[in-house]
Amino acid sequence: MLFPLTQSSAALPRVVITGVGIITALGYGWKPNAAGFRVGRRAFRPVSLFDVSRQRVKTAAEVDLPDSFPPTRLTRRDLGRLDRAAKMLVLAAQEARSQAGWRAPETNSGNVPLVLGTTAGGMLLGEAYYRQAVQQPPRCGGQATRAIYYQPQVQARMVFDALGCRGPITIISNACASGANAVGHAGNLIRTGQAERVIAGGYDALGELVFSGFDSLQALSPTVCRPFDARRDGLSLGEGAAVITLESHASAQRRGAEILGELIGYGTSIDHHHLTQPQPQGSTTRAVMKQACANAGVTPDEVDYINAHGTGTLLNDSSEAIAISEWAGPRAATLPVSSTKASIGHLLGAAGAVEAVVCLMALREQWLPPQTLFETPDPACQFSIVKQPKAARVNVVLSNSFGFGGVNAALVFRRWL
Amino acid sequence: MSRIFVAGIGAVSPAGWSVAGLRCALSHGEPLPIQSLARPGMNQPLCARLVPNPPVRPEFLAHPRLRRSSPVTHYAASAALEAVAGWRAHASANETRLGVVACLQSGCVQYSCRFYDETLKDPATASPLVFPETVYAAPTSHVAALLQNVVLAGSLVGDPSAFLQGVALGAEWLSENRVDACVVIGAEEIHWIIADALRLLDRTAVVSGGAGALCLCRDPMFSTGVELTAITDAHTFTASVPKALAARAMRQQLGEFPPAGLLVDGLGNSARTDAAERAAWSDWEGARLSPKHVFGEGMTAAAAWQCVAACDALADGRFAAANVSLVGANQQAIGARLVRA
Repeated sequence: MLFPLTQSSAALPRVVITGVGIITALGYGWKPNAAGFRVGRRAFRPVSLFDVSRQRVKTAAEVDLPDSFPPTRLTRRDLGRLDRAAKMLVLAAQEARSQAGWRAPETNSGNVPLVLGTTAGGMLLGEAYYRQAVQQPPRCGGQATRAIYYQPQVQARMVFDALGCRGPITIISNACASGANAVGHAGNLIRTGQAERVIAGGYDALGELVFSGFDSLQALSPTVCRPFDARRDGLSLGEGAAVITLESHASAQRRGAEILGELIGYGTSIDHHHLTQPQPQGSTTRAVMKQACANAGVTPDEVDYINAHGTGTLLNDSSEAIAISEWAGPRAATLPVSSTKASIGHLLGAAGAVEAVVCLMALREQWLPPQTLFETPDPACQFSIVKQPKAARVNVVLSNSFGFGGVNAALVFRRWL
Repeated sequence: MSRIFVAGIGAVSPAGWSVAGLRCALSHGEPLPIQSLARPGMNQPLCARLVPNPPVRPEFLAHPRLRRSSPVTHYAASAALEAVAGWRAHASANETRLGVVACLQSGCVQYSCRFYDETLKDPATASPLVFPETVYAAPTSHVAALLQNVVLAGSLVGDPSAFLQGVALGAEWLSENRVDACVVIGAEEIHWIIADALRLLDRTAVVSGGAGALCLCRDPMFSTGVELTAITDAHTFTASVPKALAARAMRQQLGEFPPAGLLVDGLGNSARTDAAERAAWSDWEGARLSPKHVFGEGMTAAAAWQCVAACDALADGRFAAANVSLVGANQQAIGARLVRA
């Protein structure tokens, strides 16, 4: 039952990650992404997915979808109905499940919840629907299919059908915090005993509406995306998906599963300041970081790296820089921070999930992802930005995500030894 | 797990901007008149049940955050304010921690279409004022700003069943003492593109818009006399679990129910769309309310109207218990039970 929840007197289960799937402009899968993030490779190029000739900015971090789809339980007909966003989602889910080694008896129980974050879902199909609907004379061909597959919950069902899993579907759309909220919510489902295994992630594809939206706001950088740099002039958009399989430690242990990391903290709150601007002094950001670390039982001194929201916009980065500096206190001077949006752009609803995977990579492989074109820090930065590829001892990491509308989220992960 | 009570309800529907309007239309039981909705490029208009203009301009529209907001935000705000009014009259507003969960299926479709239309014509002149209002999270954000004291908020997207997931999330926040009250909203706005798509999927469906809201709390002192006692699991439709099976599982999980109780179902007027839910409750002989039959396909707003109607019927003593049945369009089946406290 969703309510009332069964009360357990047992200690709260530890939440571990046993599988990860990722697709970004750096590639499909752990290896190419880890290799790219490790050296701070930038994956921006001219937009080819739609016409940008009348846009102010003409670059983004586009994903190259693999030529062939790995085998799933989806039929050819199903596959033909997936838009770009859903394809990336299914690819990431397939990789995560494969890495986790979940087998049919474990996933057919009917209680493997799927929690996804997205801002646009199947917006590409929505755009196609609109274009065809306003054509003269109007034509109906394919429109019913677009109307169905446009909906994020239908795309989520495709994940279940592809993997052969079943369970409740929750779609969180808290703008750019969606992916982090999805991972955090998934962790809570395990902690509160509502599920032993959860699939969580985020996905969003580049689309004309969203690109044009950020361009119209003049939020896109006409030069290069440089989060926290004093000369920053905006964000760059990207696309992608990341999916994580979370399970209770007991479940992973029982299966003898390889554990990639532990989710130890989650915080979320809302900033009322403005629909699109953060509170300038970063008070909500600071509060959500404190909340996540209190939940994790760690202090700033114990955090080895922060994957910042760091969009590259003037307002976000100054607010976040103040928040991190004040939250970290004396620790700020030696605290490594970077924003991997400098490499793959802002993935909106996917950002929090993708950045959670980057944190797991850093924990697993013991390096810090650099921002290679970073030059002059914003005066509000009391911390050091990781500028060069760097091996490091990384035990605890914190990942920030903030969304349009003011929902903020922070996740804390710990290395599994 | 705490007991969860309903502290207030709110509604905006084709019957007007209040629960009273909803109650009145439901008591007549007749489908509201259908209006025509112009569709660009077609001589034949589409069908809809539109939300009438409010009798007087709502005061909340003067709030700076709502200056450029879309109808879905106005509906959500009005329903939320009506739902929290009773709570606010009891509790000291300054000491209250509120949560807001908004559930949407179509979201901010009016501004999305408008902005995309501008983009297709010339992206260089597409309005930066419109774009931020296209995101699913915009209504939640505006309502949170309007209500103040909101410490937790979130937007869920899905078919109508997502509304009960929202109620469960709100109940969880309350049980964990993260908030003192939580407003759960289902809201939708009408646009010709939604009516156009719905027509392709179900020729008999009539699209409608509006919002419904429940204000949940832990303290029975603030209750309107209604307690939430159960929300079933979310029975997802998959390739191996068709909708009919999921609906039946939801019904079974709700368990035995006194025949003197009320069933508030999600049946409209479509034999095909309603088949699974109709079959799941085929043996039900007790009282039944079907808000969609009266108001049309309001998606998550319609789901919220179901819950509001159930709470209203319990609060005024007409019934001692009510089941709410939500068999969504393409996601899952979820049911809930509410009782007179």
